[in-house]
Amino acid sequence: MSSEATLQHADVHDAHHEHHHHETFISKYVFSQDHKMIAKQFLVTGIIWAIIGGLFSVIFRFQLGYPESTFPWLEDLLGHWAAGGKLKPEFYYALVTMHGTILVFFVLTAGLSGTFANFLIPLQVGARDMASPFLNMLSYWFFFLSSIIMFTSLFVQTGPASGGWTIYPPLSALGDASSGAKIGMDLWLVSMAMFIVSALLGGLNYITTILNMRTKGMSMTRLPLTIWSLFFTAVLGVLSFPVLLSGAILLLFDRNLGTSFFLSDIVIAGKILPNEGGSAILFQHLFWFLGHPEVYIILLPAMGMSSEIISVNSRKPIFGYMAMVGSVFAIAILAFLVWAHHMFITGLNPFLGSAFVLLTLLIAVPSAIKVFNWITTLWRANIRFTPAMLFAIGFVSLFISGGLTGIFLGNSALDLHLHDTYFVVAHFHIVMGVASFFGMFAGVYHWFPKMFGRYLNDTMAFIHFWITIIGAYLIFWPMHYEGLAGMPRRYYDFSGWSSFNMFSGLNEFISLIAMIVFAAQLLFVFNFFYSMFKGRKVADTNPWGSNTLEWTTPINPGHGNWPGEIPEVYRGAYDYAKDGKEFIPQNVPIGDDESKAH
Amino acid sequence: MKEFLIIALGVLIFVVIFQIAKASEYVSVLKGEKQSRKQNNKINAFLLLGFLIFGLIGVWYCNDLYYGKTLFPQGSASLEGEKIDSMLLITILITGVVFIITQILLFWFSFKYQEKDDRKAFYFPHNTKLELIWTTVPAIFLTVLVVFGLKYWFKITGDAPKNAIVVEVTGHQFAWEFRYPGSDKVLGKKDYKLTTAKNNLGVNFDDPASFDDIHVNTTMHIPIGVPVKMVINSQDVIHDVGLPHFRLKMDAVPGIPTTQWFTPSITTVDMKKKTGNPDFNFEISCDQLCGASHYAMRGVIIVETMEEYKKWLSEQKSEYFTLFPDKAPKDNSSDSIGKQITQLLPVKNN
Repeated sequence: MSSEATLQHADVHDAHHEHHHHETFISKYVFSQDHKMIAKQFLVTGIIWAIIGGLFSVIFRFQLGYPESTFPWLEDLLGHWAAGGKLKPEFYYALVTMHGTILVFFVLTAGLSGTFANFLIPLQVGARDMASPFLNMLSYWFFFLSSIIMFTSLFVQTGPASGGWTIYPPLSALGDASSGAKIGMDLWLVSMAMFIVSALLGGLNYITTILNMRTKGMSMTRLPLTIWSLFFTAVLGVLSFPVLLSGAILLLFDRNLGTSFFLSDIVIAGKILPNEGGSAILFQHLFWFLGHPEVYIILLPAMGMSSEIISVNSRKPIFGYMAMVGSVFAIAILAFLVWAHHMFITGLNPFLGSAFVLLTLLIAVPSAIKVFNWITTLWRANIRFTPAMLFAIGFVSLFISGGLTGIFLGNSALDLHLHDTYFVVAHFHIVMGVASFFGMFAGVYHWFPKMFGRYLNDTMAFIHFWITIIGAYLIFWPMHYEGLAGMPRRYYDFSGWSSFNMFSGLNEFISLIAMIVFAAQLLFVFNFFYSMFKGRKVADTNPWGSNTLEWTTPINPGHGNWPGEIPEVYRGAYDYAKDGKEFIPQNVPIGDDESKAH
Repeated sequence: MKEFLIIALGVLIFVVIFQIAKASEYVSVLKGEKQSRKQNNKINAFLLLGFLIFGLIGVWYCNDLYYGKTLFPQGSASLEGEKIDSMLLITILITGVVFIITQILLFWFSFKYQEKDDRKAFYFPHNTKLELIWTTVPAIFLTVLVVFGLKYWFKITGDAPKNAIVVEVTGHQFAWEFRYPGSDKVLGKKDYKLTTAKNNLGVNFDDPASFDDIHVNTTMHIPIGVPVKMVINSQDVIHDVGLPHFRLKMDAVPGIPTTQWFTPSITTVDMKKKTGNPDFNFEISCDQLCGASHYAMRGVIIVETMEEYKKWLSEQKSEYFTLFPDKAPKDNSSDSIGKQITQLLPVKNN
C-alpha cells in the first residue's frame, strides 16, 4: 500500500518538477517547501540560538566563577542589568532561565529534530518530499515566529522570564514575585504556544511520511535506525506537547484573567490574594508530562544518528537491529510513565512515588541494551575515525556517564538528598545536553556533504571534537561532587553559605573551562559557514560508503530528490561486511548466491 | 585594555588554527587523500586510548581532590540520613563498576579495531544469547537497587513517630520562620487572610491553642535523639526546605502543607568538633528557585541536648503575649499559661 501511495506522489511531483526550474530567491531560500531547504533553515536558526544560549551560560558562569569581581565590560554589554560591572541577581536568573529554554526547546528540539527529521526522513525512506510540504514550511515559520517573540522578550524593560525553564507557578504566575514574571513571562508563554504549534505540524508530517511514503520494498523493518528514532521522537512530541500547551494557557489565564488553577492562599508583597483552591503542583504534573518525554525528544534523534554513524564507520552491521528498535520503542513508552520522578519532594504520595521509582529505573534496561549493542558493534570492526564517528563515540561515552547518574536520581530515597543540587545539573547536562549535542554534531559532520555538496574541514573538526569532549567532562564531572555536598543549583552566589563556600576554587575552574569550550564551538560555527561556501567539493555521490538511500541521489539533489525514478529497496540498511563485500546499498537486489538476511 | 588583549589573543589563535586547517587540507591533496586519512585515523585512535587512560586517572584524581569536601567524611547528622548514605554507597559501587567496564570497552575497542588494510570487519548482526544476558543482568541489579531504595523511602516518608516534636516551618520571599506549639502541643489555627504586618503568619488568635505558640525567625532549635516533624508551608511561591547535612528536603507549597520528619543524631557543638570547624552550622538552604534573592534564603538549625532545648524553649515568649502584652497573665510559668488563658478569654470555636 505504501508503495502505491509513493508512486502516485512521485507522479504528482514529476509534473511539479518542471516549475522548479524557475524558482525565485524567495521560493527557493525563504518560503521554500523543499524539505532539504527547510531542514537547513532549522539548522541555521538552531545554530544562531545555540550561540546566544551558550553565550548566556558564559556570562552567568562569570558570576559563579568570580562572585567577588566586577567586569566593567558587562555593564557596557548589558546596561543596568550589570550596573557596576556585576550581574544583578534578577538578571542572573533571567540568563539561567533563557539558557535552559533556548537550549532545550530552540536548539535541541527544533534545531535537532527539526533539522534531521526534515532532512533525513524523505531521503532515507525514499520519498520526494514530506507528506505535506506546505505544513512543513508552516512548521518552520511558526518556529521562526516563536523565536522572534522569545528574542523580543530579551529586550523588554522588566527583563525576560526568570523563573527557571520549568516556569513553576506561583513564581511565574505573579508579577509581584519577580520582575521576570511580568511581561517577559507572557511573551515566554506566547512564544512557547507558537513553538508547540510548530512542533505539532512538524511531528504530524514526520509520522505521516514515515508510515505512508516509504518507497517500494522499504518495509518498516528495513528502515534505518535514524528513521525509527525520529519516528518515536515525533510520536512523543505529538502526544506530549499539547499537554504543555494546556498548562501554558491555564497559566496565562491565572496571570491575566484572575483564575486560580495554580494559585491558593498567597500573601505576596504585603497583599493578600483572593485566589483559593488552586494547586501549584498541578502545573508541575502538566509541565513534566511534556517535560520528561521532552528529554527523549532531545535524546532519541541523537541515539538514532549515532547508531547509523557508528555502523557506517565501523563498516559492520549495527549489532541487534531489532533490539535497537525494540529498546527505542520501550524508552518511548516508558517516557510517558515517569514524569513524577521530577516531583519526589513536592509532597507526592509516597506510594505513587514508589511506582514512579520502579518505572524510572526500568528505563535503564533498554538504555543498557543500546549501550552494549553500540559497544558490540565496535568489536572486531574496521573503524574509520571521521569527525562524525568521533562524535558518535563521544555520544556513547557521555550517554553512559550521564545515564548512570540517572539511577541515583530516579531512586526517590537518594533524590531526597540530591534533588535540585549540582548533581542534577551534572546529570542532565551530560546525558541530555552534551550527549545530544554530540549526536547533533555527529549528524552535521556526517550529512554536511549531502546538505551542501561540500566537506567540512577535518582538522578544525578534530580540534573541535577534542576540546569539546575533554572540556565537557572537566566542566560537568566535578559538579557531581558539589551535588553530593548538597550544593543547590540556581544559586547566584555561594559566599554567604558555610556549607557550600568551599567550592569557590572549583567554580572558578569550571567557568574558565566553559569559556574555552564555548570558543571551540565558535570554531565549529566558523567551519560550518566557511565550508558551506568554500569547503572542499564532494566528488563521489557516496563518500562514506553508506547503504542508505540518501546517498543514491545526485551530489546536489534538487527538489524531488531523485532526477529519475525513486530507487526500489531490497534489503535492510546495515548489510556491511556481508559475504565479503564491504557494503551493499539498500537498492541493490539480493544476489542468487547471497547468504540469507538475518 | 586587558579585555582587548584577551580578544586579540583569541582572534590570533583562531587565525592560526584556521591556517593550519587550510594547510593540512592542501597537504592531504598532495599526499593523496587515502594516505592522510590513514594518518588521521592513527592519531585519533591513539588519542581515544589516551583519553581513556587519562580520563580514568582524572576520575581518580578528582575523587581524591573533592571527596573530602562532600558530606560523607563527616557523616549524616540524622538517623534517616545514614540510610541514605549507605544507599548512596551501594549505588556508587554498582554504577561505578558498570561505568569503568563500559568506558574501557568502548575506548579500547575503538583503539583496537581501528581501520587497517589487512583487517576485515566481522559480520555479526545479532546474537540472541548475548542480548538476553545484557537485558537480564542490568534488570537484576536494578531490582536490588529498587528494593533497597523503596525500603528506605517508605521508612523515611512514613508517618512520624508518635513522640515526634512538631515544628511548623514557613517559607516566604526570602526567609524562614518557625512556630512551636507550646505546652498544649497543638498549633493555633491559621488563615492566610488574617495576615497583617504584625501577625505575619496569619495566626488565628481567637483559637486558644495559639496562646502558647512560640514564633521564631531564621533559627530553629531542636533536641538530639528525638524525632522532629516539620509541617511545611509557604506564603507566596514554592520554596524548599533543604537540609543537606540531614540528607533530606521537602517543598514548601502555598496552600498545600507538606510534612517531613527526621531524627537528629549529632549536636551542633559535636559537629563543630568533628569537622574541626568552629564556624560550622547546620544550614537550611532554599532548594527551589523562588525569586531574586533565592540564593540568600538561609536558615539555621541548632541541634542541642534535651536540657539545652528545654531551657531555650522556656526562655521564649509566646507570640500571643508579644502581640497583646496587656493580656499577659502575671504568672507565666509555662504549664499554667493555657489554663489561665482559657479562663481569661471567651473561646470562639471555628
